[in-house]
Amino acid sequence: MDFFRPVSLAEALELKAAHPECTPIAGGTDLMVELNFDKKRPETIIDLTACSELQEWSRDNGTVRVGAGVPYSRIIAELATDLPGLAIASRTVGSPQIRNRGTLGGNLGTASPAGDGIPPLVAVGASVELASTSGTRSMPVTEFITGVKENALRGEELITAINVPGSRGPQQFSKIGTRNAMVIAVATFSVALDLEARSVGTALGSCSPRPLRASDAEAFIADEIDWDGRTPLPESAAARFGELVADAARPIDDVRGTAAYRKHALKIMAKRTLTWTWEEART
Amino acid sequence: MRINLRVNGEQSAVDDVWEGESLLHVLRERMALPGSKNACEQGECGSCSVYLDGALVCACLVLAAQAEGREVVTVEGLATDHDDLHPVQQAFLEAGAVQCGFCTPGLIVATHELLSRRPDPSESEVREALAGNLCRCTGYEKILDAVALAGRRMAAGGAG
Ligand SMILES: Cc1cc2nc3c(=O)[nH]c(=O)nc-3n(C[C@H](O)[C@H](O)[C@H](O)COP(=O)(O)OP(=O)(O)OC[C@H]3O[C@@H](n4cnc5c(N)ncnc54)[C@H](O)[C@@H]3O)c2cc1C
Ligand code: FES
Ligand code: FES
Repeated sequence: MDFFRPVSLAEALELKAAHPECTPIAGGTDLMVELNFDKKRPETIIDLTACSELQEWSRDNGTVRVGAGVPYSRIIAELATDLPGLAIASRTVGSPQIRNRGTLGGNLGTASPAGDGIPPLVAVGASVELASTSGTRSMPVTEFITGVKENALRGEELITAINVPGSRGPQQFSKIGTRNAMVIAVATFSVALDLEARSVGTALGSCSPRPLRASDAEAFIADEIDWDGRTPLPESAAARFGELVADAARPIDDVRGTAAYRKHALKIMAKRTLTWTWEEART
Repeated sequence: MRINLRVNGEQSAVDDVWEGESLLHVLRERMALPGSKNACEQGECGSCSVYLDGALVCACLVLAAQAEGREVVTVEGLATDHDDLHPVQQAFLEAGAVQCGFCTPGLIVATHELLSRRPDPSESEVREALAGNLCRCTGYEKILDAVALAGRRMAAGGAG
């Protein structure tokens, strides 16, 4: 096994170009499990934790550019106001130990349907920035994830950052599992109100092979909400929103839960989180 | 490969480390520091918790080579005097928070980290901070007692 530890992004991209088959490691919270259990034996590992460019975030014109290597604990501590949905989701990841190491770049690299960092990105239309020695490209998170644990990353590329539109209204994230901590999601739901565009963004997690928005539910509720008067949301509209979200899901039966349970959970999480966000918008 | 890192305040060079080896393995098997326990090797139990550059991490999920040039503190490095116990260790013993003891080093490091940033945590803050550390013996009640006791003692004595 070969090991490289580039100290700049430029050096990392050179290495990736020379060794397109090599496996990057960031926080290691997914990769190390596979190494420890001998499920993966990469020929070459390239450690990204010494590339300072990947550990930074910045604001630009209403968008927050989150470096691929920023751990969850920093997203929670530093970005809760700019990106509330992502911060709430980050708080549900693993344990303090996992959140101190795990990164969004790693969550997207693994591309698990249960990745908790992904739905809050999808709900606000975030995009992934990919770089190689020949340049940079960018694509929506929904396009980047191409299947269960599959993504559009090319051999010579690294994920450099995620560009996330800054919040333009209340956001929520809800996750269901067997425990409050250290749980792989049975189902998750993200919602983001955009009070300027008067629209509602949604995303479902752990309920389909690829990240999914509930477009019908989004269109329905954007019409129902009294954006000007900010009157309370009728109970029936919130309930209908929940049903439309559940209809959008494409869940499976697995060890963590049945498809029917997932749909039921989504219905309730969607109704609840929508009500929370709208109440927040009204006050 | 060779790895240079600082462990418990001492600069060390470790030779013949395999590129795919965890920091936990290096600490236990190559540096004679068996305090950090190896139970699950998948980040689930927290018994391998150590500080890496001041942050609480699972040593089983850090590639040893990633610790190059970094600072590691293990349970062995918490007490200031080698023969003494740190107030957190003393509190765990006195409160009866140690049964088989396998989870104890990880819980001590996690408690140390919590109390150093939050000297007087609420019970829910304690539960949240220790959520990544599993104990199959105590039922956690005595552990919560130990954290409270350690917090009181450290506040009174000013020890960190
Ligand atoms: C105990 C435990 C609990 C967990 N709980 C949760 C949870 O609640 N929710 C959740 O979503 N996940 C959870 N995870 C999974 C994991 O923590 C996350 O997926 C995390 O975001 C992975 O980030 P990382 O930096 O540690 O990734 P790594 O393990 O370093 O890498 C993961 C993958 O991404 C690739 N990669 C990493 N960075 C880049 C980059 N910049 N460019 C290209 N490829 C890259 C790697 O090659 C690898 O294939 C848990 C894991 C453990 C061990
Ligand atoms: S051995 Fe590292 S978390 Fe269990
Ligand atoms: S005392 Fe035995 S596992 Fe905690």
